[in-house]
Amino acid sequence: MLEFPWRLEKRAAASGWMRVAAPLIAAAAMLATGFMIFALLGKQPWNALDVFFVQPLNSLYGWGELLLKATPLALCALGLALGFSANVWNIGAEGQLILGAICGGGVALFGSTALGPWALPVILLAGIVGGAAWAAIPAVLRTRFNTSEILVSLMLVYIAQLLLGFLLHGAWRDPEGFNFPQSKAFDERLILPVLIEGQRATIAFLFMLGLAALSWLFSSHLFAGYRMRVSGQAPAAAAYAGFGESRNIWVALLIGGGAAGLAGVCEVVGPIGRLQADISPGYGFAAIIVAFVGRLHPLGIVLAALLMSLLYLGGESVQLGLQLPAAVTGLFQGLLLFYLLAADLFVGFRLRRRAPRSQPHA
Amino acid sequence: MNEHAPRPAPRLVLRGITKRYPTVLANDGIDLHVDGGEIHAVIGENGAGKSTLMKIIYGVTRPDAGSIEWEGRPTVIDNPAAARRLGIGMVFQHFALFETLSVAENIALALDERMTPAALAPRIRAVAERYGLPVDPGRLVHSMSVGERQRVEIVRCLLQSPKLLIMDQPTSVLTPQAVQQLFTTLRRLAAEGMSILYISHKLEEIRTLCDSATVLRAGKVSGTARPREESAASLARLMVGDDLHDAPLTAREPGEVRLELKGFSMASRDPFGTALREINFAVRGGEIVGIAGVSGNGQKELLAALSGETIGAHDGAISLCGVHVDDMGAAARRALGLGFVPEERLGRGAVPAMTLADNALLTGSRAGMVQHGLIRHRAARLFARATITEFKVKGAGELSVAERLSGGNLQKFIVGREIRLAPRVLLAAQPTWGVDVGAALLIHQALIGLRDAGAAVLVISEELDELFAICDRIAVLTAGRLSAVQPRAGLNVEAVGLKMAGAAPNAAAKPSPAEALRA
Amino acid sequence: MNADLSIAIVTGTVVAATPLIYASLGELVAERAGVLNLGVEGMMLVGALAAFAVGVGTGSLIAGFAAAVCASMLLALLFAFLTLSLQTNQVATGLALTLFGLGLSAFAGRRFAGLPIEGLHSLPIPWLKDLPLLGPLLFRFDAAVYGSILLYFVVDRVLTRTHAGLQLRAVGESPSIAHALGQPVLRTRYLAVLFGGAMSGIAGAYLSTALTPMWVQGMSAGRGWIALALVVFATWKPLRVLLGAYLFGGVTILQLHAQGLGLRVPSEILSMLPYAATILVLVIICRDPKTILLNQPASLGKTFYPDA
Repeated sequence: MLEFPWRLEKRAAASGWMRVAAPLIAAAAMLATGFMIFALLGKQPWNALDVFFVQPLNSLYGWGELLLKATPLALCALGLALGFSANVWNIGAEGQLILGAICGGGVALFGSTALGPWALPVILLAGIVGGAAWAAIPAVLRTRFNTSEILVSLMLVYIAQLLLGFLLHGAWRDPEGFNFPQSKAFDERLILPVLIEGQRATIAFLFMLGLAALSWLFSSHLFAGYRMRVSGQAPAAAAYAGFGESRNIWVALLIGGGAAGLAGVCEVVGPIGRLQADISPGYGFAAIIVAFVGRLHPLGIVLAALLMSLLYLGGESVQLGLQLPAAVTGLFQGLLLFYLLAADLFVGFRLRRRAPRSQPHA
Repeated sequence: MNEHAPRPAPRLVLRGITKRYPTVLANDGIDLHVDGGEIHAVIGENGAGKSTLMKIIYGVTRPDAGSIEWEGRPTVIDNPAAARRLGIGMVFQHFALFETLSVAENIALALDERMTPAALAPRIRAVAERYGLPVDPGRLVHSMSVGERQRVEIVRCLLQSPKLLIMDQPTSVLTPQAVQQLFTTLRRLAAEGMSILYISHKLEEIRTLCDSATVLRAGKVSGTARPREESAASLARLMVGDDLHDAPLTAREPGEVRLELKGFSMASRDPFGTALREINFAVRGGEIVGIAGVSGNGQKELLAALSGETIGAHDGAISLCGVHVDDMGAAARRALGLGFVPEERLGRGAVPAMTLADNALLTGSRAGMVQHGLIRHRAARLFARATITEFKVKGAGELSVAERLSGGNLQKFIVGREIRLAPRVLLAAQPTWGVDVGAALLIHQALIGLRDAGAAVLVISEELDELFAICDRIAVLTAGRLSAVQPRAGLNVEAVGLKMAGAAPNAAAKPSPAEALRA
Repeated sequence: MNADLSIAIVTGTVVAATPLIYASLGELVAERAGVLNLGVEGMMLVGALAAFAVGVGTGSLIAGFAAAVCASMLLALLFAFLTLSLQTNQVATGLALTLFGLGLSAFAGRRFAGLPIEGLHSLPIPWLKDLPLLGPLLFRFDAAVYGSILLYFVVDRVLTRTHAGLQLRAVGESPSIAHALGQPVLRTRYLAVLFGGAMSGIAGAYLSTALTPMWVQGMSAGRGWIALALVVFATWKPLRVLLGAYLFGGVTILQLHAQGLGLRVPSEILSMLPYAATILVLVIICRDPKTILLNQPASLGKTFYPDA
């Protein structure tokens, strides 16, 4: 009775066509729901969709914003996707992002003069290492103590946020900052150069594209990538083949943490220009959605990151233009993920009408 | 007998039952006829469609076509509760018992009338007493042996006073002595008017116990028979089609010791598992050693310890080709020349959603398919293609996805992959389980071929027939202990069966009540 | 440390533990049936907002709590539909639920920020409340606190002594066997998930109307996740959930009374304690794989395919 009126019949093999179609279907469903939400809120729905999705891209500056937000989303998601496909559930990318920002920012604040021309590369490296180190905690707890990385990495997000707050209220606070929890602005030479004048997207976008390419290479052509995929799809087969579970977990978490750390440091030596209390509107969590919508594939992730970025811009746009809360972004993001999960079903299963209950056969 | 009295309607009649799954036509137009008080066998090899047919009768699945008549009236059996209401009871091959619950709690869940476990306990004891099936209502299932669990299953069915009892391959997990006890119980039930559907492929048992038989082959009925009037050979012909024989083993002088366990003891990781105790044996190059035993006596644990999937925390030593491998993982042992055909195909021996070419990489990375950490896709594809050809894997190419293959074909691929990697030691667990006769034969021939080429082969199997067909020496694993390994020539099935029950070879055929309780 | 401070610490601990008790016991029931619902945090927030909004609007906290239960159960129903009827991955769907709950509550709650509400009144038990020492310590709590203790007894008894509880435990061990035996697997799991949702709703309502009577975006601050960790810490046993919740309540309270206790630690570091403690207890429980094998419901988190 509680089963769907059709029954789900497992397909003989996963449908490749559906794998690509599912995110598109989910996006369309999200749009349709958005249409209804805007109507319910008393706004003209077509106009609202226009303000949300089209107007942010009206200028070069707008496209720059799109790339700007897509970069940290994709960086985190590329790292997360590697882990998810290996059944390593890193939910704490947000915390690893913050640690990357803290470590990179720390070097920027206190070590830049000593490092001279090497300052910026070292800052970026510090960010990567900081994020990876934060992810090493759930890695060691999972491999040595069998503790679920889901809860550990999540708890570390809250701890990371509190750590940032502690630093910004205390030792790292800008003495001329009117007691706001923020650090001194970073020196100009420590800021990432922008791609083109007239917009804010930095060369971090290129880093992201590079990581996407490396990620594709890793998954399809490196045996290490193969081992991780087997681990995720069939853990017993990975054990049978002798693919060390420990090694896979470490690789997945360190790469995930390092990528998130890079995202974090690129934000603070990029558009933000200093360390402050809120450096991320939940990029680490939104990246989870990006990873799924992108089918855990580098190309899909880049496209999904652009879509998600548009959702952020849309939220800001309707806030200014229609007096709607920016929080509508979070709503859309959640909807997109739900629809994707539902649509995903059809990759592995197809619908068949249930055989009617009482049907005497001759 | 009064000529005018109407003949009692047959208890169960199936006509034209058909059931299709995505990869296979499990039942194709099957007819079945069972009278009251009759013990009716349903015979067929693994994969012939027996289990599917039973699921249909018990209401777990519904047929795509065909009709069912119960006591002369057309019926539809929607679900197991409906089947039970009609009076059909089923003892599953893989027991439907919850490990963490007690016997009474398990039975309380299975009954249709709502009774508390406490209220049930006296009724359980009464039925157990009446049919000679000793069972303690308060015990937790995980602490019970396989024979005891089966008794619980049977008591559960009997509490609902069934008119038809389906026994799905009941003796695949029993010692020969426990089998005799079961037969006594079944005969008593049949004498009281109960119909029994007895599913099996063990021809000698069927000839002893059953009144009539329906034989299935590849989803169709290939014939009906009266087992007592047939010979095992004629029944086998109905089951299999031709007279197929395993190739006889030529004697061979075994080479150096390739695999050795000395004083090996290990506690099980799984709290519900079996600990291994003081295991000693050696396998030499050029011989096949078989380990017999019913599932649940430590086979899983032994295989995981040998393959390297479970390492550490043990006493004693394992050596492979003269090297101590106690602390080495599976990958390192493969590097030393170990091959392994595991019991589970999908999910362990092969990754279901990956192609056969990608599955070749699973254990074949050392055979030139990976260089400097990079995958050589072409080499993997060629290897897979050659394996498919050599081992006659049907219905698939190297780019086919593993889960699309039938059980037998996937098993041939996995066996082929492991053998073509030229291991110096091969472990094979239940190598022909769920595999059709033709594929089983090919696999046996491949194992013998590997042995003739000088490899050491260890086969762990529940099928005594298989072990007697291909092994040079045989030992028995019971409750985590291994018997002495003896040459096959000096053994017979009876002696091995007794060993499986833990008794000495010369013990009396009828076990004492205490032993019966333990079985 | 004077008597007043000790009383404040004990009562503060109990009050801080109460939402954890509701959320954890609710999730425990769902997990004993084999369903891992990572959406507790999202359901808590939605419940908190619903209780606050209806409480402010109608002036009745009972209506507020009822609204919280309804709102959370709706989300739980969505989760159950996706994971049980559509058979989606439980981990991913639970995460989606939390993200959605975060977004939805932030979106719908914007105009409630900063509004005042009259908090839940205490319900002192007559006569017992005047006992020396024990009176102010144990018998002057609000109805929800007493309710949480009652909930523990109900959950414990139902799980171990009733047929419904037996069915639930069976489904949690092996839904395929239960299904083969004709048990209503899907119905049992649906009800378990809905119960978990309702409890998360009450937990959230308690946050916004009793613990800190106000609405702030994201005010649960990870308590939903801590509740999930508590279930593991308690090895899926109700009594241990109770004990663990009080432990955590105590850790949370430490921060508020740090000065009074003479602790000179920065407030952010103290705020980290509950999260760090969560990690610690998880490690303690999970270190020995046998603990998990013996206690975790065998089918937890695995999707059940009835037609397979």
